[in-house]
Amino acid sequence: MDLLTAIFVDPFVRMGTNPTFLVQVIWEGFVSGVLYALVALGFVLIFKASGVFNFAQGIMVVFAALALVGLHEKGVPAWPALLVATGVMLILAIGIERVVLRPLVNQPDIILLMATIGLTRFLVGLGEMVFGGEPKVMITEALGIPTGILRIPLFGKSLILKEIDMTAAVVAILMVAFLAVFFARTKIGRALRAVADDHQAALSVGISLNRIWVIVWFAAGIVALVTGIMWGARSQVSFDLEVIALKALPVLILGGFTSVPGAIVGGLMIGIGEKIGEIYWGRLLGGGIESWLAYLIALAFLLFRPQGLFGEKIIERV
Amino acid sequence: MFGRSALALSVASVIASAVSTVTPAAAQESVYVPLLTYRTGAYAGSGIPIADGMHDYLEMLNQRDGGVGGVKIVYEECETGYTAQKGVECYEATKGKGALMYNPWSTGITLQLIPKAGVDKIPVLSMAYGLTAAADGKTFPWVFNPPMTYWDGASVAMKYIASKVGGLDKLKGKKIGLIYLDAPFGKEPLPLLELLAKENGFELAKYPVPGDKMQDQSSQWLNIQSDSPDWMIMWGWGAMNPTAVKEAVKVGYPMDKFIGVWWSGSDDDARAGGAGAKGYLTLNFNGTGAGFPAIADIKKHVVDKGLSTLKDASRLGENNYNKGVYNSMLIAEAIRTAQKKTGKKVVDAQDVRAGLESLDIDAARIKEMGLEGFMTPVKVTCDDHSGSNAAYVQQWDGAKWVKVSDWMDPMKDKVRPLLVADAAAYAAKNAPWPARTEACGGR
Repeated sequence: MDLLTAIFVDPFVRMGTNPTFLVQVIWEGFVSGVLYALVALGFVLIFKASGVFNFAQGIMVVFAALALVGLHEKGVPAWPALLVATGVMLILAIGIERVVLRPLVNQPDIILLMATIGLTRFLVGLGEMVFGGEPKVMITEALGIPTGILRIPLFGKSLILKEIDMTAAVVAILMVAFLAVFFARTKIGRALRAVADDHQAALSVGISLNRIWVIVWFAAGIVALVTGIMWGARSQVSFDLEVIALKALPVLILGGFTSVPGAIVGGLMIGIGEKIGEIYWGRLLGGGIESWLAYLIALAFLLFRPQGLFGEKIIERV
Repeated sequence: MFGRSALALSVASVIASAVSTVTPAAAQESVYVPLLTYRTGAYAGSGIPIADGMHDYLEMLNQRDGGVGGVKIVYEECETGYTAQKGVECYEATKGKGALMYNPWSTGITLQLIPKAGVDKIPVLSMAYGLTAAADGKTFPWVFNPPMTYWDGASVAMKYIASKVGGLDKLKGKKIGLIYLDAPFGKEPLPLLELLAKENGFELAKYPVPGDKMQDQSSQWLNIQSDSPDWMIMWGWGAMNPTAVKEAVKVGYPMDKFIGVWWSGSDDDARAGGAGAKGYLTLNFNGTGAGFPAIADIKKHVVDKGLSTLKDASRLGENNYNKGVYNSMLIAEAIRTAQKKTGKKVVDAQDVRAGLESLDIDAARIKEMGLEGFMTPVKVTCDDHSGSNAAYVQQWDGAKWVKVSDWMDPMKDKVRPLLVADAAAYAAKNAPWPARTEACGGR
């Protein structure tokens, strides 16, 4: 009986008696969700264009952030460093297309997946060699990103909001809006969708597969850079940021591998769901449940929509 | 034919030149110590300064004194990435080279090496980390964890809190939070803190941080915000520390009631919180800063000669660097003690085990080493492989650590019985655990 009360009554009593805290939990979940969505977005872009699950997305986040901070440490001012870091991601995209993807055209997807695993190890080694293994502090203030803490009165208590979190939410929304317009309204966007549908058909109408791949990997690189700045500002820029890529997996399961809106909605659902689960029900299981709760939410969802929230329903005749 | 001859000649000349370069080195007597370090991966932020400190102190001894007792210390780093699997690989790859001891620098790796130590007859030195119960020398003759164990540390933290609230009896009804890495290391202080909570009537609130959530602790700090513990203790490592300090600042937790273990007190950990981190407390068992003659010798004989692994010389003397120095000092003193006991210059791993078991670093020796004020005396005995030595509390003043308490002894009366019982439980769980056959302070 106590257990049932702890599951079905107590959490809702806590929510009702302290609505400010509930709003705080939802806000923190929203921020985490936005950041998960940013990571998932990088996966979706590449999967849409090439059908490749880019295992290297996590290390791309680290590499981009390290490039930015590393350049700044060498004396390059913040904004030029951001531009050069963007250039580094472009060079990386061109390099990946030339060295990894082009020789593997028409190979099975699993080969491309393995290639991205190899790419991950290469980027870890290169990153450590060039930038060292020490954690670095994100140049948040130099970039003009606000870092203050706001305390807003709500229901007689204070809601605590970090300006960096609010910035992350705004930047993520702008980025998604930009990508949505880019894919829907531009020639390159339409070409990209054509490539995603059928490589050979796209080639037959004169679309350059190689050019599209460079553009998509570059776009994923920019997303990685933004993700690295936001995650790095919350903690520090170090190689353990790579593990945040794991957080994108339940988001992708939930939102679908091919949908930009799916990455966003999935990210928010996972972010808010895991926070509410951890705060109000986590203690029943000893705490620290959010790492696997995200997968549980995603897998439960798969029972009803195997293709994910916005994923394409694929019916293949056999 | 000519090609084959040329090839054979080349191979022969390479072998000859290799032999010729080896010969002079072999002429100088040396001992070998592998250093299991991590300069890469998620915990590199903590691992790099420690590795630098270990490296530089040993190199300083080689440069200044020609090693220990006239024998050069040949050391070699093996990268573990703080993972148990790589740690064991490093162990297996180096143990055949005449390793005198292992310093795993990870509780997870230590737990893997404990059963191997007695079999391979190579001691494990887990300085102030690892399995607390390993301090029971009767059960674990090959494992050493001076100057103190995690349970000693947890008891010092509670003593400090008690001193601030007016005594242990005043803890009744209070809530003490423990935020910890959800890994063997982070869970180590739990038994002692649970015992103290039961005996003193305070509530212990636990906030585990999964390894993949080190960078995102908003859930844990939301719970802390909701629970409002009177004091917080942290058992963190790597990226967990700066993130926790940032989150504590964000939720407005009073930093002068937030105490980290000695592994949560690197300068980077506190710096991450900016101005708001001022007041953050951690335990410590070594001095910070470069104002010690031994550190000055490191600067003179290693850093200034370009032999240091430090990338930024201004970080000489930072807290984690000095912990690396402390660890290498223990290595050197164990070798020195072994030499003294056996009369041999080139000692082996079994001699070093005896040396570790006979460690008695008194005030005179500390001064002689140039480490006066850096540490308190350390004495290891056959029964007590840790020594339960004193620790102090330091506070971040916004730019550096400042000592804010006297050296405090652990609650030995609480720690020791619990530790002996836990050692017995370990032996029972891993039966048949070998009975000790090594002589006290001997082979």
